[in-house]
Amino acid sequence: MFRDITLGQYYPADSVLHRLDPRVKLMGTLVYIIALFVANNPIAILFITLCLIAVIRLSKVPFSFMVRGLKGIVVLLVVAGVFNLLLTPGETIFSFGIIKISDQGLKNAALMTVRMIYLIIGTSLMTLTTTPNQLTDGLERGLGFLTKVNVPVHEIAMMMSIALRFIPILIDETDKIMKAQMARGACFDSGSVIDRAKAMVPLLVPLFVSAFRRANDLALAMEARCYNGGEGRTKMKPLHYERRDAIAYIGLFLFLAAVIVMGVIL
Amino acid sequence: MTNMIEARGLTHEYIQRDEEGNVQGIQTAVDHVDLDVKSGQFISILGHNGSGKSTLAKHLNALLSPTEGTLYIDGIEAGKEENILNIRRTAGMVFQNPDNQIIASVVEEDVGFGPENIGIPTDEIWQRVEKSLKSVGMWEYRKHSPNKLSGGQKQRVAIAGVMAMQPKCIVLDEPTAMLDPDGRKDVIEAVHELNRKKGVTIILITHYMEEVVDSDYVYVMDKGNVVLKGTPREVFKQADVLKAHRLDVPQVTELAYELRQAGVPLPESILTREEFREAMRELWANAK
Repeated sequence: MFRDITLGQYYPADSVLHRLDPRVKLMGTLVYIIALFVANNPIAILFITLCLIAVIRLSKVPFSFMVRGLKGIVVLLVVAGVFNLLLTPGETIFSFGIIKISDQGLKNAALMTVRMIYLIIGTSLMTLTTTPNQLTDGLERGLGFLTKVNVPVHEIAMMMSIALRFIPILIDETDKIMKAQMARGACFDSGSVIDRAKAMVPLLVPLFVSAFRRANDLALAMEARCYNGGEGRTKMKPLHYERRDAIAYIGLFLFLAAVIVMGVIL
Repeated sequence: MTNMIEARGLTHEYIQRDEEGNVQGIQTAVDHVDLDVKSGQFISILGHNGSGKSTLAKHLNALLSPTEGTLYIDGIEAGKEENILNIRRTAGMVFQNPDNQIIASVVEEDVGFGPENIGIPTDEIWQRVEKSLKSVGMWEYRKHSPNKLSGGQKQRVAIAGVMAMQPKCIVLDEPTAMLDPDGRKDVIEAVHELNRKKGVTIILITHYMEEVVDSDYVYVMDKGNVVLKGTPREVFKQADVLKAHRLDVPQVTELAYELRQAGVPLPESILTREEFREAMRELWANAK
């Protein structure tokens, strides 16, 4: 059940997208999210869809990898969709008893669902093509100016990259604990919601204990290798922009401009 | 030859405190230990769980500082705040759990983590990463995710990560305890090769007898004290002392020991199967 999360899973391949500077990809994700929320008509959405398909093809990551991330939010999607559908005021186009569906509701529900799905696909596209270390390097350099106002950018970036590295390990561990509990008669997938939530307690306690133990070990190992915070560190893979990054920035700018124009005109 | 590690009366106490900070109990994990390691030696420290061997190891990397006594690592005094980084550059450390000491999600980036920390220029980091990955035979795996490697491979990556900092000495704290027999053999072989080819001083902490057979000198610890020391031959001769400290001798050595007790005239110091085979053959020839 925990295997569905693709966020933070790097998919190794040799593509333009993999070689792009992580700062470009971070900026791209931000621009993409803004564009998704600016787009409010079918043509803009269609345009974004086309761009998304093009980028997915460029990335050489199998489409199924991105869809896998969606399974985890199906419930959220359905709930949000239903609420949007039923509770938006507007001209009623369909009614059944107390249930009224307005034209605005239909539009909102559709738009919201599409936005959420695209959001997950787009962001997992970034994490699939960027190693966590690149990602943190990108964040560290991209947000470096924040250190001037005392934001510990390096520390946050390091924490993120370690969290990402340990996601698969903790997932494996969860699986192991679950199997051990199931072998002794625990049941995780039947009963009411409350029963299931209760069944999670004996799963979470050992998981947390072991996570803390791992954290302690890791801190020791990092210290043993002279980790001393961000000061005086050099980079194995320093970031510098290349021509393709400049082209990507121009592409992003044009993309955002196009979406805004479509939003204003139509 | 200079002394790489010199400890005199090294003592470490874990102090338990209650919520108000009053001392509840003192547990002496390392009790007046003397240690002399020469540069380029391969040293093993043997001991049962709770014998204080891991606590001792953590001192060699300045993760803990001595409560009492002195400790010099390559002439640098341990226990002083300003020497900590220097000591960690001189003596690298490999831990027991391979998963919990790999920081990055790509093998080569993890090996580069140490050099990055000590401010090595980018070009040199790459050279060091290549050299140290090759020295443990993991160069082909440089682009892999550590999660997809076996335990023995992960542990060799961890060793490469320490090697990339070019330490004079590597302390391995039970590096094989969580590995299968194949992985165990690979790791121990890799360590021996570093010792032979690069002249790195090795301190191997373990409770597997088979792994210490090839070392230059063995310390046996129990309850924080060094109870026995000498070359592997000298140590394993005293099978009864080892047993009293809940340790076993290697299987062949034990067999030879038992046979000798039963009156078979075998030499006293058999450590490997080959030696045992030779001794038996000789015995056979003499009997004829």
